[in-house]
Amino acid sequence: MNEMQLLTWVRGPGLNLAVGIFVLGVLWRLFEIYSLGRKKDLSAPRALPGASGWRTIFRRTLPAEGMLKKAPVTYIAGAIFHIGLAIVVFLFAPHIKLIQSLFGISWPALPSQFIDLVTIVTLVAMLVLLADRIMNPVKRFLSTFEDWFTWTLTFLPVLTGWLAVRHLLLPYTTMLALHILCVELLLVFLPFTKLFHAFTVFGSRWFIGAINGHKGVAV
Amino acid sequence: MTASLEKGVRVLKEVIDAPIASYFNSCVHCGLCAEACLFYTETGNPRYTPIHKLEPMRRLYEQEYTLLGRLKKTVGLSKPVTDAELGEWQEMVYNSCTLCGRCSAVCPVGNDIVYMVRKFREGMSASGNAPEGIKGAANRTITIGSPMGVKLPAVKAQMKHVEKDFGIPIPMDVEGAEYMVMLSSMEIMNFPEYLGAIAKIMQHVGKTWTLCSTAFEATNAGMQIGNSDLARVIVSRIVEGAEKLKVKTVISPECGHAYTALRWEGANLVGRPFTFKVQHIVEVLGEFQELGLLKTEGFEKDRLTFHDPCQLARRGGVIQPQRNLLNMVAKNFVEMPDAGYMNWCCGGGGGASAIEEGEALRLEAFKVKKSQFETVKPDRVVTACANCRIVLEEGLEHYQMDLPVVGLTEMVADHLVAKGA
Repeated sequence: MNEMQLLTWVRGPGLNLAVGIFVLGVLWRLFEIYSLGRKKDLSAPRALPGASGWRTIFRRTLPAEGMLKKAPVTYIAGAIFHIGLAIVVFLFAPHIKLIQSLFGISWPALPSQFIDLVTIVTLVAMLVLLADRIMNPVKRFLSTFEDWFTWTLTFLPVLTGWLAVRHLLLPYTTMLALHILCVELLLVFLPFTKLFHAFTVFGSRWFIGAINGHKGVAV
Repeated sequence: MTASLEKGVRVLKEVIDAPIASYFNSCVHCGLCAEACLFYTETGNPRYTPIHKLEPMRRLYEQEYTLLGRLKKTVGLSKPVTDAELGEWQEMVYNSCTLCGRCSAVCPVGNDIVYMVRKFREGMSASGNAPEGIKGAANRTITIGSPMGVKLPAVKAQMKHVEKDFGIPIPMDVEGAEYMVMLSSMEIMNFPEYLGAIAKIMQHVGKTWTLCSTAFEATNAGMQIGNSDLARVIVSRIVEGAEKLKVKTVISPECGHAYTALRWEGANLVGRPFTFKVQHIVEVLGEFQELGLLKTEGFEKDRLTFHDPCQLARRGGVIQPQRNLLNMVAKNFVEMPDAGYMNWCCGGGGGASAIEEGEALRLEAFKVKKSQFETVKPDRVVTACANCRIVLEEGLEHYQMDLPVVGLTEMVADHLVAKGA
């Protein structure tokens, strides 16, 4: 298989396969998790403004009181990499074009020089988080194969995308094919690894917010 | 698989619900919960990372409730939960967790880790892996009536003392009273001033109240141990007592876990909503204050700080009333760092104070309270939980700090304007 054949495969059958596994996987996992249900709380609620599941979905994006100075690397590098990833994925012109060709909707892109900068910052933030996972005793203790694996799965699409745009290391076609392949791997594994927090984070925050809200714990 | 393990696994499978599944799937191993846990911050041992305390339960969840996990289990790729492992985990689930809920408060993905530990304890208890100390307390509550072995005659003796000292009659089994007052053994044995304070306050505000001869003990070691059957028996006594006496409100004493057991778990344990209200004494006093029923005179002049019981503040939503009450009777009230919602636990909640073999760890964890106190250098500490009070006193004594701990209710009662004055 030469690089053109690889590119054709990842853009055609490969993409279909990956998106198929991703969509079915997400639906299955969501069903598997949330169909477990929960018992109705029979205790009398204490109504208080400012305590609810919906509010908590937003509130938990920010560090809890006093926590930022306890774990600045986790919070700052974590925030940068999540925001960076969102910008690169959704505001890079070629990505928007792809979305338009698939779903027919589009929006304005950011200048590619800016995306380039964001990509570098994102890669650095991810490397910092990797270093922290190795050095920080708690993170190292908690880490399993899955943590290193999912880091790699997330890092590679960003890295190969950046190398492709910059025409570095490998011929453009090869790098682009690798980039798409890496994205496909990410899609395939996302529903079945901790990366699935991208979906469950909303449910989890809603549950804790609803439980706290029932008790009138306003946070 | 032994019979006890089988029972434990069955119970665990029953308690795993959608929130727990969502929480386990959301954890990204960021380690932030460790930074919120006094057992990690004071020992530096990553073993005490809160989410790690749930590891056997997480594996069981994966093996039983996920397609991939079931597959892994079938081909022998995942380690089954064993008796030995649960035995080892006792220290993680009981000794080094007070259910204080700081981890739940900081988790960025919103995992209610304490909710999970509470449920994990159900499986630990069912499989016979709960610590002897809390088991004993739970059994004494069931057979004798209180975790410290206090029986009705002891309460009656206490009533007589208080009646003599304060000259106020203590009502018992009065039908139709507005409030039914609960006690904790700790208050009956160690802090009798609480009952006197209640009598004084109720007389002052002109409310009817009563004790109940069949339900005076509010603490619920059944909940702490994680045995819902025992917890239900203990709560049912209170429900029956309150319904028999047709009271409007049951007052949970100065005890954090008694409040959680009765206020939030009670109705779920008995399987129906209560026909009466449940309030912590601090909430009741706060209401009296708002209604202008508390007429006080004079102020405490020394430097006071307030230790928030976790179950009252972070897990119970009562944060402001205690501050309003303190400011009503104290001139020099100072807040500790992290006070209120993020206050640090005394280290003995959730039944931990009843675990003898956990004492060394508890005292180690107490360093965080010590440093909070050292920052504001109070003359006295006020709190609203008899268990916090005992644990704080033990910790302060161990670190040779001369710092008296007092209850908020007594302090308020001390400042009430005398009747007819």
